[in-house]
Amino acid sequence: MEKTIKRFWPVFVIPTFGAFLIGFVWPFLQGLYLSFCRFITIDTASWNGIQNYIYALTEADFLHSFWFTALFTVVSTICINVAAFAIALALTRNIKGTNIFRSVFFMPNLIGGIVLGYIWNILLNCVLTLLGKPLLSLHAPYGFIGLLILMCWQQIGYMMIIYIAGLQSIPGDYLEAARIDGANDRQILWRIKIPNVMPSITICMFLSLTNGFKLFDQNLALTNGEPGHLTEMLALNIYNTFYGRSGPSWRGYGQAKAVIFCVLVIVISLIQLRATRSKEVQQ
Amino acid sequence: MKKAFALLLTLAMVLSLAACGGDSGTTTDDTGDGETATGSVYYLNFKPEADAQWQELAQLYTDETGVPVTVVTAASNTYEQTLTSEMAKDVPPTLFHVNGINGLLNWKDFCYDLTGSAVLGELTSDSYALTEGDATLAVAMAVESYGLIVNKTLLAEAGYSIEDIQSFEDLQAVAEDITARSSELGFAAFTSAGMDSSSDWRFQTHLANLPIYFEYEDKGITSTDAIEGTYLDNYKAIFDLYINNSTCDPTTLASMTGDDSRNEFLAGEAVFYQNGSWEYPNLVGEGLFSDDDLAMIPIYIGAGDEANQGLCTGTENYWAVNANAAPEDIQATLDFMYWCVTSETGTQAMCGGEGAMPSGGAGMGFVIPFSGNLESSNLFMKQNDEYTAAGKTPVRWDFTTIPSQTWKNELSSALTAYAAGTGDWDGVVSAFVDNWASEYALLGA
Repeated sequence: MEKTIKRFWPVFVIPTFGAFLIGFVWPFLQGLYLSFCRFITIDTASWNGIQNYIYALTEADFLHSFWFTALFTVVSTICINVAAFAIALALTRNIKGTNIFRSVFFMPNLIGGIVLGYIWNILLNCVLTLLGKPLLSLHAPYGFIGLLILMCWQQIGYMMIIYIAGLQSIPGDYLEAARIDGANDRQILWRIKIPNVMPSITICMFLSLTNGFKLFDQNLALTNGEPGHLTEMLALNIYNTFYGRSGPSWRGYGQAKAVIFCVLVIVISLIQLRATRSKEVQQ
Repeated sequence: MKKAFALLLTLAMVLSLAACGGDSGTTTDDTGDGETATGSVYYLNFKPEADAQWQELAQLYTDETGVPVTVVTAASNTYEQTLTSEMAKDVPPTLFHVNGINGLLNWKDFCYDLTGSAVLGELTSDSYALTEGDATLAVAMAVESYGLIVNKTLLAEAGYSIEDIQSFEDLQAVAEDITARSSELGFAAFTSAGMDSSSDWRFQTHLANLPIYFEYEDKGITSTDAIEGTYLDNYKAIFDLYINNSTCDPTTLASMTGDDSRNEFLAGEAVFYQNGSWEYPNLVGEGLFSDDDLAMIPIYIGAGDEANQGLCTGTENYWAVNANAAPEDIQATLDFMYWCVTSETGTQAMCGGEGAMPSGGAGMGFVIPFSGNLESSNLFMKQNDEYTAAGKTPVRWDFTTIPSQTWKNELSSALTAYAAGTGDWDGVVSAFVDNWASEYALLGA
């Protein structure tokens, strides 16, 4: 087997590497170049220096979007992971019907973001109307909470599956030994289970953090940034910059914002990965 | 066995890559052949509702002349995105749409100067062409009207006829009377003025056109970089009338959609429905209204000479020819446009209603601003002609001078907040006047 791999590795690596170059590296480099240009189509770009970045970093709406997105990401990451872990704990206790519960909790994740956004938009607006409160697109805090509910509903099931896999991979003798030594449930949770599912926590944190930061469909469908850009997250802000106005400058501004956005997501997720990785233990 | 499996996998990978490459290869070949012979046409169509007709028309043209015509239709609301990516391709569209002066800003470097072309000679009025300096960069391809669509049957039930509505005062009196008796009558005056993005353009663009138009008329201008908002009080009056005499509570407008509004009208829940001639196919037909039930009246806002006010008539559908296309493709495209607006098949397809297509399907039902225009089967367009014949002046579509989509969105936000009571009218005024100037300043940026 080893020999075969040694002989045939280019056959496997080159096509995927080629696809990676064509589908990721090249567009990324081109995007980076375009962020310094004014353009309408990508082949009619003219150099504009760092003007685009100066504009992007001084635009009030973009900065607001950043803080709004950051707040949303922090809150949603905590909510999703705590809830997903709690459900995973409950569903690894050999209760009857565990599989049905797991499937049901996972299902929302199979529906696309736009569809979910519209469904929750109708649902939440109905509830708000009944309560006599302003609708989602009229009151930013409700928009924020709406987004949070939507994201939790969609993501908890997915993260739960990862946590369940993590919890099930903890060797039974650890738990048995702990019990024999007289550890209570809380001690088992904090000393055995959590350290052992750290790899799952790493991946779940990574996914929910980047999902929160990159959120677009749900934001578009649920609030569309209303009222007056107050619930506009970074991705939607970039989209609106790109297509909301006419003229070559705006495409450049949008592109510069997109590059800043990309760098932000990479930096934040690297920091997070490093932080949680360091807590992982060897089984 | 393992080796065979590995080989199989490799083969699959190579083949799938080859397949990707193969597809685009054949397309270029096709057009390549066409180019050497007579050039070819690639039309990026703006109107999804007319896609079937354009596909059929393209086929007919190819059968008749041998010139290959490709029609691609952008999905609803994604035209700008589609055009941007298509334009960057090896085979870009040769014929595309721009939506007026400000839409032209993005694409003017791509627009072929149509001066002297046969299709331009067919245009009935210069006002239907977009020009810059001496160059004619785009021509209108369909003229449309909007106003207040009236359910005449319900209006009669309420004891009025459309002749009773000749001014804003009349409209207000009728609407408020209907509201006062709504429990007895069982319907409201206006359909919901939904502010969802599927409907808000009726107010942040079409209704906003009226104060813009009357201000331009007063000043004798056709565009401005600083609007004063002299008729904003009238705008407020008509918007108040819409939201306070409607099927629903103003606080719920934020979530009401275009479909909601249409369905209310179809269900006979309201007398008036602000929309345009493009709604005609959705309102008339099997199980829906007949021509006798409907009428379109001007939107009176209490400004200008109301006795002589017509429907809002104009266009935001302009054809432009890609200047960067090969010369023979440009010629082929110009020939195709000329054929569409002059030949019997072409004009039948563009202007005709039921059964106008050779295949038996419905035509596009447009009124085209070319001399080959046929009488429209669209009731609202016929009415527009009647109004014009009676000496009434159509209201121009000055909303094409609105500086940006952002301006419209912010106005919509302010109107929604005003309707729900979470914002005030000053917010609307500021979105209208202040943003106009700031967005215009950004246009040149």
